[in-house]
Amino acid sequence: MTIEIKVPPLPESVTDATLVGWHKKAGEPVTRDENLVDLETDKVVLEVPAPASGTLLRIVAENGATVEAGDVLAILEEGEVAAAVAPAPKEDTGHPVDTVAEPGKGPIKTSPAVRRLLEEHDLDATMVTGSGKDGRVTKADVMAFLKSDDSGNVTPGDPATVVVDSSVAEGPARNDQRVPMTRLRARIAERLVEAQQTAAMLTTFNEVDLTEVMALRSRYRDAFEKKHGVRLGFMSFFSMAAVEALKRFPVVNASVEGTDIVYHNYYDIGIAVSSDRGLMVPVIRDVDQMSFAEFEAELNAVAKKAQDGTISMEDLTGGTFTITNGGIFGSMMSTPILNQPQSAILGMHTIQQRPMVVDGEIVPRPMMYLAVTYDHRIIDGKEAVQFLVAIKEQLEDPSRLLLQV
Amino acid sequence: MSKSFDVVVIGAGPAGYIAAIRAAQHGLTAACIDEWRNRDGKNAFGGTCLNAGCIPSKALLESSELYHRARHDFKKHGIQTGDVAMDIVAMQKRRASIVRQLTGGIAGLFKANKVEGLVGHGKLLAGRKVEFTPVSGDVEVVEAKHVVLASGSTPINLGIAPFDGDRIIDSWDALELDAVPDRLGVVGAGVIGLELGSVWARLGSKVTILEAMDDFLFMADRDVAKVASQEFAKQGLDIKLGAKVAKGTAGKNGVTVEFADKDGAQSIEVDKLIVAVGRRPHTDDLFADDAGIQLDDHGFIVVDEFCRTRVKGVYAIGDCVRGPMLAHKGSEEGVMAADLIAGELAEMNYDVIPSVLYTSPEIAWAGKTEAEVKASGRAYKTGSFPFMASGRAKAMEQTSGMVKMISSKEDDEILGIHIVGPMAGELISEAVLALEFSASTEDVQRTIHAHPSLAEAVHEAALAVDKRALNFPNK
Repeated sequence: MTIEIKVPPLPESVTDATLVGWHKKAGEPVTRDENLVDLETDKVVLEVPAPASGTLLRIVAENGATVEAGDVLAILEEGEVAAAVAPAPKEDTGHPVDTVAEPGKGPIKTSPAVRRLLEEHDLDATMVTGSGKDGRVTKADVMAFLKSDDSGNVTPGDPATVVVDSSVAEGPARNDQRVPMTRLRARIAERLVEAQQTAAMLTTFNEVDLTEVMALRSRYRDAFEKKHGVRLGFMSFFSMAAVEALKRFPVVNASVEGTDIVYHNYYDIGIAVSSDRGLMVPVIRDVDQMSFAEFEAELNAVAKKAQDGTISMEDLTGGTFTITNGGIFGSMMSTPILNQPQSAILGMHTIQQRPMVVDGEIVPRPMMYLAVTYDHRIIDGKEAVQFLVAIKEQLEDPSRLLLQV
Repeated sequence: MSKSFDVVVIGAGPAGYIAAIRAAQHGLTAACIDEWRNRDGKNAFGGTCLNAGCIPSKALLESSELYHRARHDFKKHGIQTGDVAMDIVAMQKRRASIVRQLTGGIAGLFKANKVEGLVGHGKLLAGRKVEFTPVSGDVEVVEAKHVVLASGSTPINLGIAPFDGDRIIDSWDALELDAVPDRLGVVGAGVIGLELGSVWARLGSKVTILEAMDDFLFMADRDVAKVASQEFAKQGLDIKLGAKVAKGTAGKNGVTVEFADKDGAQSIEVDKLIVAVGRRPHTDDLFADDAGIQLDDHGFIVVDEFCRTRVKGVYAIGDCVRGPMLAHKGSEEGVMAADLIAGELAEMNYDVIPSVLYTSPEIAWAGKTEAEVKASGRAYKTGSFPFMASGRAKAMEQTSGMVKMISSKEDDEILGIHIVGPMAGELISEAVLALEFSASTEDVQRTIHAHPSLAEAVHEAALAVDKRALNFPNK
């Protein structure tokens, strides 16, 4: 069935609108509610969503055209769209979502109550396991999903809707720009506040002299790359030092569950990476069993996936400890926030040459401030401090890493 | 006749004939053996349902209902009739004609689906052979790759008031009376007792129903039972609860029924006594001792949830196995058995079988009663809507009763729907569909129901569950 996509009723005192830009081309498939085109008026930019799923047959009004309310903009051919929805990558660490994605089988059948709930919570039916007839999703299923999985729908890369509301005045307008958060942003916001409200977070600081590490790197850089096919970066040093310290202070590698302390006998280190889509923390598993080369290779692979957007939910969940590096942006010192449900996080910063006193003499040394934010509910100040000192000591004398002392 | 079949079904009632047709639709060779003989001496397919149960009772219920309305309700509509009389013989002729058409219809369906209909007695032997004794002719042994036993049930004969076919009668005879008894006694206020009592009460009998249980319609939701009880009392049906019959003695002029209830020992005199205290599975001479078939303590053939007996390749369905003795239950079991035999996946959903009483008002329900939900410990909410507030019901002059919906408080899933009122037996289908799809109250609330219709009452009841009924004040 063909549907005419028309200009919606325009706001009061607005006579016409300019077609600013089509988001879809003729022949492209569209899903219901997807934004097809932006119309700009004096007051506001309007979105025109697709009333149904199907294919955009023909565009009638072109970019830049002036249109009035009720004018036909395009013709849509209704039809089923293959519901190939990939599970959204999440930076949450512990609530895997059951997905019922059946690409190519058409839209998932939903009942009125289910549709209402999905819309209200910005969910996709494919994210909920259906327990009804033939695997259909029931209202109860959605309610259970919402209860068990705090995280909302995360779809990184959603275009933010920009609504420009300018007052009608002469000259350059002073205005506010209201931009709704992308789902990823909203999710990050929610989790950060939650972390802050759950844990008793404190940060302890120290500094590390990276002279030895840098010397080691420059001495063996080429040989390393030649032998292992991967660059010897800083992260492997920091991660190995962290793992050693975690072994000595197991409670730092633990998490709180209710009134239990859960000690994890494995070392899955999350390395915070920044991508175009935002902050993500892919997890490298069993770092204690890796060599430097293996670690660097794994880190590269996973960072690439994060950048490409091909990272899976599994890669982002779990993790017993996180390392974040604000130094790449120039941060000298900071108080990182915990990555729930972990109990500690190591913050790396910029390396700057600073005057240090060594054997009574003032010498320039490449220094980095280190920060460890920890959950005081289970980690005491003394342990946190000693933990960070252990990291510092191993980095300042890397032979310690070799000998595990 | 072929001496071997893929499937041999014993019994051509609603369970058996459906199983046979379904098997044939799968491309299997099928035979259906049936021995039902009517009072006129002629054999007919269709079992109890078509010949002595569902169908004839619906025919009489319809006739008697119309008669009753003509006498009592027509003038409200402005219809002037004068004296309305009832020709019982004509009524019975119509009943018999409908039965004949439908039983003949099964024979036609058998032919159309290439099912071999065999008239006579079937008996399962060991090794999946069936001994067939035709009404006329020699006994044969038929080989069957699969056998489906669907021999049905018969009315329970009470020792204290045994059937004599004249004064103390069963439901079948009660459907074929050719005159209206002045005084009619009914033992048992179950579905059959109430329907039969209703028929003859409308036609002029003074009806007394003796029910041994203290609770009326004990298997129904209490609110439904209460409303139904009030309605039947209004109709002049004298239903005595907690009344245990001690003895029924048939004499020249009637039947003396001695019973005891809360008022002590009493007796009444009736012209006819219908004993409708239940039905027992019919397995007389159905299988040889060495056939391997097992019966439980109540005489039902033991089967698993797929209607399979202990014997490989032998199924049993319908009234001769456990579960509600309902034709639609038997039919669906027949479909399941045929599908399984054909190698397909099949299962029955016993949780969502509707129950219907075709009295007036009709009573129907599907899912759990409030008592059952309460016992399960699940938090629930209920809502109901009376037909008194339904425009359609008012126009039909049938405003007694209501729709009651019970839903889970936690996740809004509908748990049970109970209806007393006009066309309850039809309205219940929406409820069954909703339950099958695990629908929530909200789903029904958001489904448009035509106006003005009786079905709207289901919609309003759903709204009432959340205290937002629009056409009746919310409590």
